Amino acid sequence: MDEKKITCIVCPIGCKMLIKTDGTSFEVRDGNKCKRGIEYARNESLDPRRMLTTSILVKGGEWPLVSVKSTQPIPRDRLFPILREIKQITINAPVISGQMIIKSVLNSGIDIVATKTVKALKHQEDLSTA
Amino acid sequence: MVNHLIYLYHSWHSANQMKNFQVAIVGGGVIGSAIAWELSKHAVDVVVFEKGSDVASGASKANSGVIHSGINSAHLSLKARFCVEGNQLFQSLADDLGFQVHWIGKYVIAKKEDEIKELESLQKVGRKNKVLHLKITNGASVKSKEPNVACHAALWVPTAGITEPYEFTIVLAENAAENKVKFLLETKVVDLKKQKDCFIIKTNKGDFQAQLVVNAAGLNCREIVSMLEEPNFHVYPCRGEYLVLDKNYRSLIKSMIYPVPEKDSGVLGVHLTPTIEGNILVGPSAEFIDDLDDKRTTKETMKTLFNKAKEIIPTLPNNAVINAYAGIRCKLASSKEGGWADYRIEESKTTSGLINLLGIESPGLTAAPAIAKEITQMIAQHIDLKFKETFKPRKKKGKRFSELSGQEQATLIKKDERWGRIVCRCEQVTEMEIIQALSNPLGAKTISSVKYRCRAGMGRCQGGFCTQHILKIMEKQFGMNINDIKLRSPDSNLFYGRTRGVKDE
Amino acid sequence: MSNWDVDVAVIGGGPAGLSAAISAKEHGAEHVVVIDRSSWFGGILPQCIHDGFGVEEMGTSMTGPEYAESYIKTAEKKDIPLMNETMVLQFNNKKVITAVNRKGLHKIKANAIVLAMGCREKTRWNAMIPGDRPSGIYTAGVAQAFINLYNIMVGKNVVVLGSGDVGLIMARRLKFEGANVLAVVEFLPYASGLPRNVVQCLDDYDIPLFFNHTVTYIKGRERLESVTIAQIDEKMNKIPGTEKEIKCDTLLLSLGLTPENELSKNVGIEIDEVTGGPVVNQFFETSLTGVFACGNCLQVYDTVDTLSIDAKNAGQHAAKHAVSQKKKRHDYTKGIRIIRGKGIRYVIPQRVTKSGKVHFTLRVEKPAEKSTLCITSRDKEIFKKKLQWINPANIVEFNVDIPTDLIISPGKLEVKLDG
Repeated sequence: MDEKKITCIVCPIGCKMLIKTDGTSFEVRDGNKCKRGIEYARNESLDPRRMLTTSILVKGGEWPLVSVKSTQPIPRDRLFPILREIKQITINAPVISGQMIIKSVLNSGIDIVATKTVKALKHQEDLSTA
Repeated sequence: MVNHLIYLYHSWHSANQMKNFQVAIVGGGVIGSAIAWELSKHAVDVVVFEKGSDVASGASKANSGVIHSGINSAHLSLKARFCVEGNQLFQSLADDLGFQVHWIGKYVIAKKEDEIKELESLQKVGRKNKVLHLKITNGASVKSKEPNVACHAALWVPTAGITEPYEFTIVLAENAAENKVKFLLETKVVDLKKQKDCFIIKTNKGDFQAQLVVNAAGLNCREIVSMLEEPNFHVYPCRGEYLVLDKNYRSLIKSMIYPVPEKDSGVLGVHLTPTIEGNILVGPSAEFIDDLDDKRTTKETMKTLFNKAKEIIPTLPNNAVINAYAGIRCKLASSKEGGWADYRIEESKTTSGLINLLGIESPGLTAAPAIAKEITQMIAQHIDLKFKETFKPRKKKGKRFSELSGQEQATLIKKDERWGRIVCRCEQVTEMEIIQALSNPLGAKTISSVKYRCRAGMGRCQGGFCTQHILKIMEKQFGMNINDIKLRSPDSNLFYGRTRGVKDE
Repeated sequence: MSNWDVDVAVIGGGPAGLSAAISAKEHGAEHVVVIDRSSWFGGILPQCIHDGFGVEEMGTSMTGPEYAESYIKTAEKKDIPLMNETMVLQFNNKKVITAVNRKGLHKIKANAIVLAMGCREKTRWNAMIPGDRPSGIYTAGVAQAFINLYNIMVGKNVVVLGSGDVGLIMARRLKFEGANVLAVVEFLPYASGLPRNVVQCLDDYDIPLFFNHTVTYIKGRERLESVTIAQIDEKMNKIPGTEKEIKCDTLLLSLGLTPENELSKNVGIEIDEVTGGPVVNQFFETSLTGVFACGNCLQVYDTVDTLSIDAKNAGQHAAKHAVSQKKKRHDYTKGIRIIRGKGIRYVIPQRVTKSGKVHFTLRVEKPAEKSTLCITSRDKEIFKKKLQWINPANIVEFNVDIPTDLIISPGKLEVKLDG
């Protein structure tokens, strides 16, 4: 079992907790001042997830990039593989905010959607590459 | 076969023609540019080699911008002679070339009774140097003109003025370029060889030939000399740091405020200088250093400068500083020797055709137009200089958009809508002015070259808003690759490619 | 030159300006216009592609662009003209605005003006960091624009100075884009950004965070080569022997924000030296009758949610002023001044000109676990509130009922911390 320190972010106190976990079981050793802290620590130890926000290349748009987000928090250990996957994608303008860009990215069951509207350029100018 | 040989001969000949000049000027600072401009009035082939990405890359932009009167230079020195001559040329140059000069005058202040004799001595030297209208006044009289300055007495020097040293250098260089002088930027002279009648000039961009070489290389003047002969002098770099105060404090002083110069220092002391655009410069400090490229600003000096400024203006608040920079003086005398030496402006006795300008420090900016005339005379001893009838005077730059009346602004926008888009908020610079800056005849296209031509990025946000927009103009309207966009010098790239559309390494 | 007459003119089209404009329209102002200098609306939000916006206000966590778009859509639905790429050159005390864009010069006469110009980032010279002047030094917001809007990579090996939210968010962003983020350096003994961001931007990626440190030297004659960081004492002086040189090519500055008030200063509006924004009363009205201020140009807010709520109020009062028949020049010396006492860095509003419920926002000077907020009038306590876990990085909000008898006599209220 690994011991590690984590900072709770549920409330402004920011308790520094000492926890013990091996990825499947979990135990708070010290530090929390309330129950919510235990819940937070459990999630952080056994299944830490993060909302992913990044950008995707756009062809033929008023902007060269469209900002995107994951529809749900994704497991932390899949962040970089998913980021690499997203980097390969190019999408054509126009893009509407909320539009699905990648369905179930890397079979995660989580979608990547646009968070910005990018209109198509009137002329055929391509701003995406130098 | 013969046709082919003739073709080859003509190609070789024209290639050599393009790289063959009558005069090669090493250095595109204010001295090199002033000389180039004087020469451009004549029918002579001139090239200027500048290792930076724009003219005025060295001390020419990092000084106080003062047009000195001549009171600070020893009587009968070249410094005194060229300073007074240059001072008298500045107004007509400003009228001809369309750059700004303000004759705001200078107070050299004595904080204590015993400094008055220093004022008298300056006045004496000034009078010997033929400086006019010098007057010693009392503290109360100074206070009535400068309510924020406390002093015992002061020497009033009305013939001292201010200009923007980078603007001055740029207009000289650009008008010279418009009159056929070739400016080669990012071109560093790496070796010189003297043959019978000409010099072979090796640069990082290829080889050139010239009949005469003018060494206006500033701090690198000794390096240039050493390529041809054993130098009989040393260069002692002396760094001067400055603080730039926010325009909010422009009304604190009207004229330049100088202290009495420290004895045997060879420098003028920390002074306060208003700028043309309404900032105030505090400085320069004076520190002899070893590395002639070490333009760093230091914590101790910034604090010292600020405190010295507070001595002169006790009401100065702490958040008044918006920028700091340093320039390096090319001194020919060490600190031990008292730090003062006269200019050496002469043809080398060892290498004929090499015209050296050594130790051009303050009052170099003021002296530049007069020095340029002198060098032109020296060149005329070697080359028959005839005035060019086709000389194109500088098309007078219009006023900045922000200085025009509403009616004038509206008219411009109607002509071209790019006058209506303000890109630099702090200095109210329009898209058109940025495009004009990037279209300069020297081909300089760095962020700094835009800044020094139209002020975009010089305001209190220091480019926070405008930089991204200037960049877009460079990319879209000038077809520049973002990887080629530099801040100031040849290797000061801003970016490392794209975040997308690039293969991962 | 074109001339317009409007009820309410809003200068600045970020979240504050848009909120104020929409609210003004909803509260009776018929002709409302929003002016912004950029080609887009939403201010800084379109480049803030991370989430966390709108949690308090709308109950959902949006990204910056989504938050901006929702306000822009609402403004468009309400037929509020949005003038983009238009720069306000100045306005005078008769509330005539001179603005310029590609179509020409515009003179806009407004019955009420709402100032929502936002803020600018502090620069290297505000902190007077000595050394060389290389390329590769960016304020965090500018770097964010290049990466998120323009598809440009600013650097490969980065040091971030300042642990405010912008710096933390950018540390993560750079990491996502393949840069090495070598350190985040903070002069305080604690991070000035949200704990959530410290965890999710730094801890997650093992990015070292140095407290009580600052950058003492910048090296690089062309592009940045290294920065030197050192520990500092309580007087902000470098502790000798603690210097550490970090080789890097990029320095991101997250040194804080300064409210943009050049337009306000040019017309003589009274500015609070501490907030950097106009002195206002509880209706967000400045010392110039009919000119209101909101958003980051009034004070630097922590979250866009609080900012939008205040901006809505400002817009509402601007509308009321614009359409009211009795537009008497209000006497700015009437009403009471709010004085900041012990432990208080600043309080807004700085004046209360009418009795009733007043919404206050303030910042404290130092962090404290437990404290009591006290408001007194001539040493008589009129309000008390227990506070926990306060620190300068988080705005404290509260409402106080100010009775009529306190307003009648010109006087002051002192806001302070006890214990």
